[in-house]
Amino acid sequence: MLDTQHEGFVTADGRQIGGVVMELKNITLRFGGVVAIKDISFDIRQGEIRAIIGPNGAGKSSMLNVISGFYNPQEGDVIYKGYKRPKMAPYKVSRMGIARTFQNIALFEGMSVLDNIMTGRMHHMKAGFFSQALWWGKASREEEEHRAAVEKIIDFLEIQPIRKTPVARLPYGLKKRVELARALAAEPQILLLDEPMAGMNVEEKEDMSRFILDVNDEFGTTTVLIEHDMGVVMDLSDRVVVMDYGKKIGDGTPDEVRNNQAVIDAYLGVAHD
Amino acid sequence: MSDTVLFALEAALNGLTVGIMYSLVALGFVLIFKASGIFNFAQGVMALFAALTLVGIQTGQVPFSHLINAALGTNIHDFGFTLPAILAIPLTVGVMVLMALLIERIVLKHLVNQEPIILFMATIGLAYFLEGLGDIMWGAEVKPLDVGIPQGMSSAVDEFTYNLFGYGFYLDVLNLYALAIAAVLVTALVIFSQYTKQGRALRAVADDHQAALSVGISLRFIWVLTWSIAGIVALVAGIMWGSKSGVQFSLSLIALKALPVLILGGFTSIPGAIVGGLLIGVGEKLFDFFMQPIIGGATENWFAYMLALVFLLFRPQGLFGEKIIERV
Repeated sequence: MLDTQHEGFVTADGRQIGGVVMELKNITLRFGGVVAIKDISFDIRQGEIRAIIGPNGAGKSSMLNVISGFYNPQEGDVIYKGYKRPKMAPYKVSRMGIARTFQNIALFEGMSVLDNIMTGRMHHMKAGFFSQALWWGKASREEEEHRAAVEKIIDFLEIQPIRKTPVARLPYGLKKRVELARALAAEPQILLLDEPMAGMNVEEKEDMSRFILDVNDEFGTTTVLIEHDMGVVMDLSDRVVVMDYGKKIGDGTPDEVRNNQAVIDAYLGVAHD
Repeated sequence: MSDTVLFALEAALNGLTVGIMYSLVALGFVLIFKASGIFNFAQGVMALFAALTLVGIQTGQVPFSHLINAALGTNIHDFGFTLPAILAIPLTVGVMVLMALLIERIVLKHLVNQEPIILFMATIGLAYFLEGLGDIMWGAEVKPLDVGIPQGMSSAVDEFTYNLFGYGFYLDVLNLYALAIAAVLVTALVIFSQYTKQGRALRAVADDHQAALSVGISLRFIWVLTWSIAGIVALVAGIMWGSKSGVQFSLSLIALKALPVLILGGFTSIPGAIVGGLLIGVGEKLFDFFMQPIIGGATENWFAYMLALVFLLFRPQGLFGEKIIERV
């Protein structure tokens, strides 16, 4: 079912998956003497939901941090839209269209939900400083456009009732959703979700899964997610990378991965020698 | 109305306008603390440096003239021109922005992710450095500063209160100007932080560095921006205090008066800085007024600190600060 050509493929449920958006080539990341990621390569295709799974400490979050530019790997290349990405500051990576959420929610606690989501649109705003402060001309038009885009996301994620609430007052599950909204507001080329369902109850997990699928369906957002919960991952994703001890031990569709002996060993626990 | 009430009222009114001068200094602290969690010990010296630079530019002084003369055996002191305040102030703003840029490049950039105490220590170093730099650049003598703000008794207030109570209040015009300038400054800051993209970015950085990076905000740009604004606020404070009592080293010590203001108002609140300054201004004047007959004068020297101590005992987060709730 998977092809290795650049044209992409059609999934079982009929969604069109496009060509390669990002390719990670022989990535090695070290912290001093500790090797967090060891020579890993995989690709991310337009419009797919790509999961990275693995036991604790496998290097999943490190991998995500490499993609989002928070870490710079010692070896290997990140090829983004056909070009090798040079070493750059994380905020520049974000401006190139890579948005993310964090494992332990990183929202602006003092600001309202709406303001939080508006920050996601920051680098789409072009109006000058003074026209913004004085609210004339281009600035007010622009602000309205951005507000419209943000309201659409708010509607979509069903958080209208809490638009004006300061984030600090929200329960955990909603915070996670606001964080997703902020990332979406940037209209990212690649959306990175670091354990979007960690710490949630079953109901919240189901909601979140639905939102991830809907977002992918509605906006065609390419999504890379890390998740512990195997069941959730298998249901959600189109393709899965499995990591263990910093190495890639499996890559393919959920079915392929499920039947991979190395993966089974890693998850069920086999003596490493 | 009895004389005592009238005198007390006059003292309170004076306290209000002196208080706003304290607020101006405290504001600079709050801005930097909010955006970067740094307690900027150099804020007072920045006010001194800004005022020195303004005087220097206004009177056409040659910077480092003593150094140049000593090294080259020349005898130059000024360029022989004077600039009007309307030109000199924007130029000084330029110098303060340049300073912010250099502080970021030379100091802050290397201290990213360090403990707050280390950044605090760096600002102490910065304070001493700036103090010395100001001396070398512009000389250490007391300089008068005149940007055209009138001084002396406000005859309007005097007349108005005379007609009302039969007793004219004494109020310095300069303090009234300080009130107006502080109002404009705070309005401008609020508009900036609430309605501009950069203001939103600034609030975002104040909240969470990682999250700010993830939405494409450059921390370094925001730091330069914050320090520039703090530099401009320092300039305003320097102008007001410099006009009042001349530009001299003691100007940098007004930062010490800002500390109790911050403790009262909370380190993270702009309205807190304003209210805290007013409370301390009014409090110290009234306290002095009522207690002077009993315990003698000069209570203004310690009243603010005593009040701060009381606040630390009963409300350590200040009036408007964020309450720290530790979850266990």
